[in-house]
Amino acid sequence: MTLLRHLGAAIVLAVILGLLSVALNAFRDYQMAQVALYVVAIGGLTVLVGLSGQISIGNGAFMAVGAYTAALLLMHLAWPLAAVLAASAAIAALAGLAVGVAAARLRGPYLAGVTLVLAVALPSLATRFTGVFGGDQGLAVNISTPPAFLGSNFPLTRWQAWISCAAALITLVLLANLGRSRIGRSWRAVRDHEAAAALAGLNVAALRILAFVVSAACAGLAGALLGITTTLVSPGSFTVTLSIALLTGAVLGGLGTLAGAVWGSLIIVLVPTYVTDVATSHGLSSAVAANIPIAAYGVVLIAVILLFPDGIQGAVRRLLGPAVPAGRRKESGSVTTQRRHAPATEHSEEGAP
Amino acid sequence: MKRSPRRRRVGVVAAAAALALVAAACGSSGNGSGSGTTNTASAPGITKSQILIGSHQPLTGVAAPGYSEIAPAANAYFEYVDHHGGVNGRKITYHYLDDAYNPSQTVSVVHQLVLQNNVYAIFNGLGTPTHLAVVKFLNSEKVPDVFVASGCDCWNNPSTYPQTFGWQLDYIREGKILGAYIKQHFAGKRIGYFFQNDEFGQDGVKGLDMEIPHSQVVTRQGYDPTNINIAPQVAALKAAKAQVVVSFSVPAFTALLRLISLKLSFSPQLVVSSVGTDPTTLAGLLEAFAKKGGATVNGSQLIQGIITDGYLPSVGEAGNSWITLFKKIHATYDAKAPFDGNVLYGMAVAYTFVQAMLKAGRNPTRADLVSAINRGLPQGPAVAPYAYSSSDHNGITGGYIGVIKNGVVVPTGSVMTTDTSPSGAVTAFSGAEQTAPASGIPSP
Repeated sequence: MTLLRHLGAAIVLAVILGLLSVALNAFRDYQMAQVALYVVAIGGLTVLVGLSGQISIGNGAFMAVGAYTAALLLMHLAWPLAAVLAASAAIAALAGLAVGVAAARLRGPYLAGVTLVLAVALPSLATRFTGVFGGDQGLAVNISTPPAFLGSNFPLTRWQAWISCAAALITLVLLANLGRSRIGRSWRAVRDHEAAAALAGLNVAALRILAFVVSAACAGLAGALLGITTTLVSPGSFTVTLSIALLTGAVLGGLGTLAGAVWGSLIIVLVPTYVTDVATSHGLSSAVAANIPIAAYGVVLIAVILLFPDGIQGAVRRLLGPAVPAGRRKESGSVTTQRRHAPATEHSEEGAP
Repeated sequence: MKRSPRRRRVGVVAAAAALALVAAACGSSGNGSGSGTTNTASAPGITKSQILIGSHQPLTGVAAPGYSEIAPAANAYFEYVDHHGGVNGRKITYHYLDDAYNPSQTVSVVHQLVLQNNVYAIFNGLGTPTHLAVVKFLNSEKVPDVFVASGCDCWNNPSTYPQTFGWQLDYIREGKILGAYIKQHFAGKRIGYFFQNDEFGQDGVKGLDMEIPHSQVVTRQGYDPTNINIAPQVAALKAAKAQVVVSFSVPAFTALLRLISLKLSFSPQLVVSSVGTDPTTLAGLLEAFAKKGGATVNGSQLIQGIITDGYLPSVGEAGNSWITLFKKIHATYDAKAPFDGNVLYGMAVAYTFVQAMLKAGRNPTRADLVSAINRGLPQGPAVAPYAYSSSDHNGITGGYIGVIKNGVVVPTGSVMTTDTSPSGAVTAFSGAEQTAPASGIPSP
């Protein structure tokens, strides 16, 4: 039943996005592709952080793995697009497995440290093995042109938006089902009380590793999509900043909720462009205008965390949900199984008057 | 190897596209688009009163120090032109966006400029890895991609990238000119190479190798711009007893090379490409790095005697008409930045763009700008002429050798020109340097 409901929602969304892509201009289509690929990456990360309670500041590195896999496969073997995307997710999942095995032994800041090392170190492999990975210059991704039946004037960016949106919808359906399955429930159990979960017969280590594999596969798929939309993979695209942006997107949107992943992606893609437009159209000097998106990003982050500690999706739910008296809000939160909190947000809520 | 047939097919398609473009350009100029006395909206980004152009620049991030001055300086020159009648009565609006030197951000901002803002051309996009990310897109959208701010030989590929033009002295020519000087003045000396391990450094080494006898080169040390520990490379240069070290490095690594050599009491004659020797930037970096390490140095003293090259007049040449002109514009429109090599670069490349726009006609299409540059541009602020033709998209063809003295590059000897082939000789330029027009605006 759940599967059917999710599939139905995905089909409706697909139709809406398809119509939207036709209505928008070529640049908005390009942004749509960007948002969709960030949905894939942040969706995977939000499952890892929000459901299984582990942290990763290294998902940008898994994106690099997926992106380079896609570029190499397209360049040397000229595989069909769907196979390339699947292979990129699979290779990144293997990388996730390797990291997950190590990560299963680590907690909190130590885990964050290991994943951070990954984000810093992995992209520099590209400059170490210049012959294979093309060094700082990176590798060109042979773009797949729109299929002939769409007509010769079909805009490339719309085709890219379709690819990314299709991948995002499939990922969201899979993640939504996974979250509601036995595995999803087990992840929550492990997150909320590890010892209790182990006593209840759950294999804690295997569950933690599985969460890493799932999030790495999503990141790998997103990386391949990034390579396809930007037609290039290079180490400069996969810096630590990217990994932190993914985490920021997950927190801003609302940890553990897939709708939150969509909100987070919209913010990290659209806010910088919008703010730059506003800043330059108001005649600010370029040195100031260039730094305003970074500042705006910070302001949005602070505002969301202060005003909506459980992210934008949490705020939306609070607005749409039945009016609950302030004193009983916390109570109702703990009763509703839908509400997901990272430990940090719970603390801040407890601290609220 | 496997890709070559496909590449060839792409090449054929591109050549056909180029031919079609030329035909279209001829057709349109026959209809009088290049002449007439009234302004029309003749192309995307061109209205009756405005020319909108865009660029991607590192305004924040690692490449920002120094390089972030270039676009504001170019904009200052455009403002000067706008206040003095503009280009055929049109004002130039220069919309440059920050890509933080990150190729995927370059792709985003260039998509925005072309698809959303509808710029007429991309002008002076900065950086090799960044611009490589968008060169295909710009050519497939037929957007003029003029005067890329990088000396990579890759912009000179008219059959594949008919819309793309280089501007600054390319690294191969620069390597040849430095190499010819070393061959002549350091005959028999032991020579070591130090270079950035990417297109920039490798093109430079290619040029050096065309001139310097291989037997004289005792060691070749590459560095990665992401790894600031270059002590092993400097130690290897010292161990090889290099008497002359030729460096194709960015300013930060020129400074590191100098400081670590000092620490190892290794004092070869340094010969550094113009990319890595702006004296103001270099002296500042040396002092900043030494301070981090707990030492105090006199930056200007440490760079005294470094041999380098230049293709624009030296910032220190007080009597030069270009320096006088650009200093005047700088004082009015861009006074916050120091007047250094980066500002000079920005103004000189902006001048070249105005030259090209004037040549493209009163109501130019995008193809008109490309064909105007393909027909060649008169020599501007640079000390040597441009290479532009329909078969050559490289820019400035030569430069002079200079020595850093008291914080400025002092030119020595005459301007040398050459080509990018192994057989082409490095010869003294017989033509004269141009004088800046009194109005400060190129004549059509």
